[in-house]
Amino acid sequence: MAISTNNIGIGAINIIRMSGKESFNILSEVFSNQKIKNCKSHTIHYGYIVDNNEKIDEVLVSVMFAPKTYTLEDIVEINCHGGYAVTNKILEILLLHGARLAEPGEFTKRAFLNGRINLLEAESVEDLLESQTDNQSILAMNHLTGKTTELITSLREKLVGLLSNIEVNIDYPEYVDELQITKENLTPILTEVKNELEQIIKESKNGELIKKGINVAIIGKPNVGKSSLLNALLEEDKAIVTNISGTTRDSIEGSLIHKGILLNLIDTAGIRDTSDVVEKIGVEKSKEIMKSADITILVLNNNEKITSEEKELLKQLETKNNLVFINKNDLETNLESLKTKLPIILGSTINNEGIEELKNQIINNFGLENLESKKLNYLSNTRQITLAKEALKNINNVIKDNEANIPIDMLTIELKSAWENLGKIIGEYYEDELIDNIFKRFCLGK
Amino acid sequence: MNYDIIVVGGGHAGIEASHIAAFKGHKTLLITMNKKNIGDMPCNPSIGGSAKGIIVREIDALGGLMGKIADISHFQIKMLNNSKGPAVRSLRAQADKVTYPKNMLKVLEETSNLVILEAKVEDLIIKNNEVKGVILADGKEIHSKSVILTTGTYLKANILIGSENTESGPHGEDRSNHLSDNLKKYGLEIQRLKTGTPQRIKSSSIDFSKMQEEKGDDELWTFSCDNKATYNPNEQQKCYLIYTNQNTHKIILDNLEKSAMYGGYVTGIGPRYCPSIEDKLVRFKDKERHQLFLEPESLYYDEWYLQGFSTSMPRDVQEQMVHSLSGLENAIITKYAYAIEYDAINPLQIYPSLENKIIKNLYTAGQINGTSGYEEAAAQGLLAGINASLKLEAKEPLILKRNDAYIGVLIDDLVTKGTKEPYRMLTSRAEYRLLLRHDNADLRLREYAKKVGSITGEQYDYYLNKLEQIKKLEEFLKQNKLKITSDVKKRFMKEKFNIPTTSMSYLDLLKRPEITLKFLNEFTKIPYDKEIQEEVEIMTKYEGYIKKTYKEVEKMAKLEEKQIPSNINYQNVKNLASEARQKLEQIRPLTIAQATRISGVNPSDIAILSVYLKKEYGKDERK
Repeated sequence: MAISTNNIGIGAINIIRMSGKESFNILSEVFSNQKIKNCKSHTIHYGYIVDNNEKIDEVLVSVMFAPKTYTLEDIVEINCHGGYAVTNKILEILLLHGARLAEPGEFTKRAFLNGRINLLEAESVEDLLESQTDNQSILAMNHLTGKTTELITSLREKLVGLLSNIEVNIDYPEYVDELQITKENLTPILTEVKNELEQIIKESKNGELIKKGINVAIIGKPNVGKSSLLNALLEEDKAIVTNISGTTRDSIEGSLIHKGILLNLIDTAGIRDTSDVVEKIGVEKSKEIMKSADITILVLNNNEKITSEEKELLKQLETKNNLVFINKNDLETNLESLKTKLPIILGSTINNEGIEELKNQIINNFGLENLESKKLNYLSNTRQITLAKEALKNINNVIKDNEANIPIDMLTIELKSAWENLGKIIGEYYEDELIDNIFKRFCLGK
Repeated sequence: MNYDIIVVGGGHAGIEASHIAAFKGHKTLLITMNKKNIGDMPCNPSIGGSAKGIIVREIDALGGLMGKIADISHFQIKMLNNSKGPAVRSLRAQADKVTYPKNMLKVLEETSNLVILEAKVEDLIIKNNEVKGVILADGKEIHSKSVILTTGTYLKANILIGSENTESGPHGEDRSNHLSDNLKKYGLEIQRLKTGTPQRIKSSSIDFSKMQEEKGDDELWTFSCDNKATYNPNEQQKCYLIYTNQNTHKIILDNLEKSAMYGGYVTGIGPRYCPSIEDKLVRFKDKERHQLFLEPESLYYDEWYLQGFSTSMPRDVQEQMVHSLSGLENAIITKYAYAIEYDAINPLQIYPSLENKIIKNLYTAGQINGTSGYEEAAAQGLLAGINASLKLEAKEPLILKRNDAYIGVLIDDLVTKGTKEPYRMLTSRAEYRLLLRHDNADLRLREYAKKVGSITGEQYDYYLNKLEQIKKLEEFLKQNKLKITSDVKKRFMKEKFNIPTTSMSYLDLLKRPEITLKFLNEFTKIPYDKEIQEEVEIMTKYEGYIKKTYKEVEKMAKLEEKQIPSNINYQNVKNLASEARQKLEQIRPLTIAQATRISGVNPSDIAILSVYLKKEYGKDERK
């Protein structure tokens, strides 16, 4: 299975392509429209990508069965909405359901392997393969800061030390003078690795934000001042600002840099207040937007009482580190005090009050303030983060099984996987590495 | 004189090769320089050990002798790694250096179709790159259809003690002077390897009261799946553990340049896993002490083996070193430690069947292929014997896969990766070690043995019976439930086990890590052999892990099925990277899977090769 994307960018439609015999099964597991199960080849279907019943994105899916496809295998293409966060989320879901990321040029390679491209054509394919192999290693290294390589390397060192120790205990059992790895001393060592790995993954998410910017969504009922807020943030009249409800129909994006962090602003259509049906769509739509954004700002009107739908949105927002901006503090306060844990900024878009504070708060919400004084350790692409998460899963399983008194020979299986997964992140892994390490670290025998 | 198969060398490889060839009905000649050295153990007085013990089980399952003879020739046996899990359990026996060769020679002499000859082989009869027999030192020719070389450390062997360098085989035996030069002449690459052996100490000069005892197990064990244990566990001999000290270390470090290794007198490459004591000190300066073991060599003479003290120091320094050890202050050294250098071939020049790529019908096994250890040698000898026989019978060779046996891992590593140092098996070399267990060696290999005709019908029936018993027991455990009565509750509480809320099948209960079949037998009260119970328990308890490993195997199996025709011309495969092309030409892998394990052959090369095969040889990539 492989997933390909074009360059992920905000605003564009992204296409995720899977190839291989499991593609269709994986799609069926994550696609809301179950009619797809009996569909014909070369057809397009509408529905949602869902994750545990949670709708992630509204998509169009093309299904093409083998052999009339580019790779001669079953192919599924998911047309999803632009935006780094959504596309990545979908990628992550597919990976969790058993897909894996394509190597660069893998679709061509598969076409080649399956005989779609003949050997004469392969002459040029070979160049492609070679250059991509180079790219791969360059890519792997380029996307890592030196610091991260160091961190992953030191985690691998710890694991390989542990593994060689276990292997020496197994292969030289009579040498009791060597440190014996037992149930009791294994968990503390692994917990250390686990904590460090968790830290790296957490910081990696921040790293992603630093690299791609933070996607900021602004929601609120019509005429509450969403577009004005957008303009205030952008300090220019990019969005159409009007006091007529429903003018700002389309998402308009603009970006600004605040304290070194890129903020991508997504304006959203106002929630029209004319009928219940439309209101519901508004709430639904806001929810969708919230999912695709890294942070959502709910704009409330200081001058008006809170509505039931605003209350609902407020509740929804509490699940993530979102923000509330109370606009129009120049007008009379009719808004009751809010029962929320979210940070609240009071201000006025007309008087440009509270805007700086809002920008600061966005960055603070991600712990990205005072960036220059922080150590930045992060993995910067989905492949690396997925591998790190896999390794973490491995470590957690070993800890769990160790506590359940599973013998050490069984534990080494996943311990080795963890070490291999970390190796793949930094592109360092060779088959005899462990054996070489055993001999490097221990000196036993006749 | 004409033979079907000639085996050159009567060590552990030669024994198995000649025995199985004769067993399979081929007229076989075993040539050895000294009949009394057949089955000799020139180094440690033990058979088995971690991973190696499993190899012995595999040899036995395939119809070999090592396990059966070890079972009746040891004076101590124990199961290693019992607490570390079922995948890495392995037997080690202290074998008697007098009894073992004696018992072995007896079996060989009783084997029909097998003739033993005392002579020295110095050349081969080669016609059109095909071996036709051997030429003895006296120029006499003996003809045969195939030849198996199991020459051990005897090819141009040199013994090194300090600056002394003697042309000699182990223990002052004669060496072969010309065979390796002749092999080189025929196109084989020769490499120089090194190994070593520690001192032997006179028993009456040792003060055992200062040493820590190492005993055998109380439980009875056998290597062979056909034998029941016949020894009395209370009559087992003890081994002893001692340690080096600061004084020992000072003596060694002060005299370092006098050793053959550090004095620059050694050219061969020694194994990393069998470092000499001076190596250990130099590489691990901070270690305060090193473990040493004293093991009896035989009940029939009073020499003890000082494991861990291998060295190439001169004799006077060895005296000081030994006397610095606690309990050995007045020790008499009966044999000094020495390093031995010898010629070996490059195993990349042999096929997985162990047949030579350059000379047809020539097979090699054991140290000549770059391995170390009695068990590794015996395993190759057995396979070389089987495959030489199968070829005479015009049948496909027996090639064990990495998920079939340690023997498969051993041979695949040798012929795919080659070796620059004497190769020793380690459990960590086997990626599917969870499948390659002590307990299931017969289950893994007896079908193969039956197919190639290396076991008797009786042995096969015994295996079938075991399979049936396993199935029966599993079925019983699946179908029957443990009712949670107050007595049962009490019993669970006593063991501090969680009490099941409802009645559960015995099989489900067995899946819990803490519950053993022995415990459940208190309720089931059904009689089954220890081996049957062990098998069912392991397969039930570790089902999840075993399944996971099988999945890994399946991935590789698809590639194992894709065979590469033996006549492929890699020059015709366009677009291969030049390093890959060179490696593929040299190693000539039999399957795509083997090709993937060659270093320097990248995934893109594999892709190009696959497409080429599909195009040239049709959809089914078989011969």
